[in-house]
Amino acid sequence: MKMFLQKMPDALKRVLAVFVLVAAAAVLVRVVLPASLTDSRLHIKSTVEREMAHPVRYAGSEACADCHEEYKVKQGGYHKNLSCETCHGAAKEHSENPSELKPKLPRMREFCAGCHTYNPSRPSGFPQVNPAAHNPLKVCVECHNPHDPKPTRTPQECSACHAEIARTKELSPHAQLECTNCHTVPQEHKLAPRSVRAGIPSERSFCGKCHSKDSGRKEAPKVDFLTHGEKYLCWQCHYPHMPEVQ
Amino acid sequence: MERRRFLSKFMSIAASATVVSGFFKRAVARTDGYDPKGHYYGMGIQIDKCIGCGKCVEACKEENNVPKEPFFFRTWVERYVIKKDGETSVQNTDMRIERSNEVFTERDILRSFFVPKLCNQCDNPPCVQVCPVGATFKTEDGVILVDDERCVGCRYCIQACPYGARYLHPERETADKCTFCYHRITKGMLPACVEVCPSQARIFGDVKSSASPLGRFKRMNKLHVLKPSLNTEPKVSYSGLDGEVR
Repeated sequence: MKMFLQKMPDALKRVLAVFVLVAAAAVLVRVVLPASLTDSRLHIKSTVEREMAHPVRYAGSEACADCHEEYKVKQGGYHKNLSCETCHGAAKEHSENPSELKPKLPRMREFCAGCHTYNPSRPSGFPQVNPAAHNPLKVCVECHNPHDPKPTRTPQECSACHAEIARTKELSPHAQLECTNCHTVPQEHKLAPRSVRAGIPSERSFCGKCHSKDSGRKEAPKVDFLTHGEKYLCWQCHYPHMPEVQ
Repeated sequence: MERRRFLSKFMSIAASATVVSGFFKRAVARTDGYDPKGHYYGMGIQIDKCIGCGKCVEACKEENNVPKEPFFFRTWVERYVIKKDGETSVQNTDMRIERSNEVFTERDILRSFFVPKLCNQCDNPPCVQVCPVGATFKTEDGVILVDDERCVGCRYCIQACPYGARYLHPERETADKCTFCYHRITKGMLPACVEVCPSQARIFGDVKSSASPLGRFKRMNKLHVLKPSLNTEPKVSYSGLDGEVR
């Protein structure tokens, strides 16, 4: 062996030393270090596998349709494009264990307001309300079915809001009269009832059209408008919705 | 030994060693049924449809274990308000930080809208270029993933991303970002944000397929990407994008 080394040219010895070093490095990289650190394909594969193994939390609305009939109702309404889990929350666990793990059932006004509160940044045409002014004490689901919400319709009858007055008036001698006979109702009053008020008669002569001595209406009780309570408007003493007008 | 004979023997041994070592390279094969070669994912976002409700952000955090604090987002929604005096204000809708100068009266607003944002899954990703340890990479189906076992948390990629789509996970201390819900899309499901979006502002699909919602979106709209001048070639495209969006 000694002879062999002595015989070997000096340059070759150096080349051999370099080769040994390279080989040692190769062994280190290939054998000692774990493969996941050196092989990019392996590390990519393990990362992809880890990503794919993440648990799924949102089941997708197809899963809901299997059991829940509300799904069909929803498909016919304005919420047809909403996934069930948009409101009910992640429900993969519920789909696997339907009897024990129940999804969310949001009924608070704040929940609906999350999408339907007026915001100038929202696209125009999207149904929005001002929650402070829109029936503040009612929960949304009382009037709107969340699975088939209807756009708000302007109430056509006064009794929709003024039910108490309507019921009283039904028993009064004025039962046959339409509300609009005496009240002027601007169209805006139906949309913003508190800011745009309905009008009430502001003159004695309005009641006088039926109740003055010279009126043509025979069935209406008559008074002398010249001597009877000339300082006051009629409705300040006589409440016209009452059954017995005093 | 003659020098020529020794060298020729030496070379032949070295050559055969490289060939043999090549065979030992472990073959990387997929074990599950999903074939990434057939897919190339992208997303379309319709600005005109986003109502800024934040359901996508909520669902993303739930699905992907993103910390709940309002500093960590894989996807988020920005509210743009362009005022009549030309000033533009951008606010993350989820930050819930009311700044006194950020209250707008409708009279000041010239136009306003929401912009959902997420990782653009660039075809030419700057974050992959800068990673010093090769922890982030592009999969065959076009999604940029992070290997959280390899990531050293140096934050270069967070700096490099022109869209601010990455954050440092506070518990793992590694970079984290949108994966298009890789665990869902490889099972044929939609990403969680797309699943829950109530107004279909987000459309997910294969960028190559034409008979798909994404294909239709690309045919029917004039599209933009964010920061096209950087040549990152995003796979998330926007319709109705305003010039003020950065």
